[in-house]
Amino acid sequence: MLRKKSIVDVDSLKLEDIELVLANADSFLEISGRDVKKVPILRGKTIANLFFEPSTRTKTSFEIAAKRLSADIINFSSSTSSVVKGESIIDTLKTILSMKVDMIVMRHSDSGAVKIVDSFVEVPVVNAGDGKNQHPTQALLDLYTIKKVFGKFKGLKVAIVGDFINSRVAGSNISLFKKMGIKVTIVSPTILLPEDFSKMDVRHCIDDVIEESDIIYVLRMQFERQNRKFYPSVMEYNQFLSLDMKRLRRMKPGSIVMHPGPVNRGIEITDEVMEIGGKLKEKIVIEQQVTYGVAIRMALIYLILG
Amino acid sequence: MKEKAYILGENDIDRIIRRISHEILEKNKGPENLIFIGLQKRGVPLSKRIAGNIEKFEGIKIKTGKLDITFYRDDIGHNIKPVAQITDISFDIDEKNIVLVDDVLYTGRTIRAAMDALIDFGRPKSIQLVVLIDRGHRELPIRADYVGKNLPTSHNESVEVKLKETDGIDSVTVIERE
Repeated sequence: MLRKKSIVDVDSLKLEDIELVLANADSFLEISGRDVKKVPILRGKTIANLFFEPSTRTKTSFEIAAKRLSADIINFSSSTSSVVKGESIIDTLKTILSMKVDMIVMRHSDSGAVKIVDSFVEVPVVNAGDGKNQHPTQALLDLYTIKKVFGKFKGLKVAIVGDFINSRVAGSNISLFKKMGIKVTIVSPTILLPEDFSKMDVRHCIDDVIEESDIIYVLRMQFERQNRKFYPSVMEYNQFLSLDMKRLRRMKPGSIVMHPGPVNRGIEITDEVMEIGGKLKEKIVIEQQVTYGVAIRMALIYLILG
Repeated sequence: MKEKAYILGENDIDRIIRRISHEILEKNKGPENLIFIGLQKRGVPLSKRIAGNIEKFEGIKIKTGKLDITFYRDDIGHNIKPVAQITDISFDIDEKNIVLVDDVLYTGRTIRAAMDALIDFGRPKSIQLVVLIDRGHRELPIRADYVGKNLPTSHNESVEVKLKETDGIDSVTVIERE
């Protein structure tokens, strides 16, 4: 059982909690492979999916995870709610909580919003992404994907490539990967790096790491968070950071490519790489990440509410 | 915790498994259509031993599966949750005669959960139950079809089954909680 029932960031997760979640995920993966993809364990529990920012895959993933555990899930998106009428988050929460929900899954465009909500409500809160801060369930599903492929963490080399200034995935993944003994290298132009990255192992071109990395983790270029233009041109991005066929072929045997989705085709990863067939296709584990994401979220919800 | 009585050793367990294997064949008039499913964790090696015996006696291959009932329990929130073990039923169970195998039958709640879980996989023709030890104290209307040994116990005792595959030795002892 997780001692801290809310999951706001990866830093407060203890090693034994992480191992418990990973150990349980295999059983939930098996359930998703059955004809009847449902177990009764959380019958009668209600979960609120509160998305104050658009999301398709994370929201759907939590929804499927809850349903496969027989919990009821209510979806609440800010575009269809009273938030557009000017209701504050706290008032919205009070309304939702008055309906007696057992757990909240929340996404918000402001960094730290989930933490504030967690301190305000009594039910457990799971962060489904807050601003540029953290996305802990993404980090856990990525860790599980790595476990399924490599069977270990210690000694693996991951290169995380792309936009760090706007990425919450980077925030939680770097911290969780390091915690598990994975060596992390950052690949990004200075213009897309936050100031506090000076202590990290930073390179500026994907070619510097492409041959030695076990995992190339490609971040999504966050156009929706760029109020000012951080990067000059797509052509320049392609030249230094994109994963194209030439670079894919240079990767070492057994290495993999990960991406949190959705992919901006032609920017972080070329169309050709996304559509690749044959032996090299095995390197691209983006779809497996989505499948494993449901299993990880089932494990988390079960350990929190069960 | 102290050991109160040594009940069964390796040879005893071996004889019981062989006897039950024959009883299953006798009752089902042969091995056709039989599938063995062991409950995690010690039902799994027991089911494999019985299936192995029947393969030896009858010269045909017997299918075995594993079932974990953690997500079908009725005591959610009451117990510390163990890590769920793998469920592996990678074949069709429709119209099959399923033999569930567990080490100890006590309240019957595990078996209730196991039957619910099995029915999510299909519609078996019948479900039969093998247990190595029946220690009484049923809380549900459930009984075993094949019993290794009836062992009357009190609530403050527990029955400890050890098997070579999981614990390195074969033994059954009664432990008294202090």
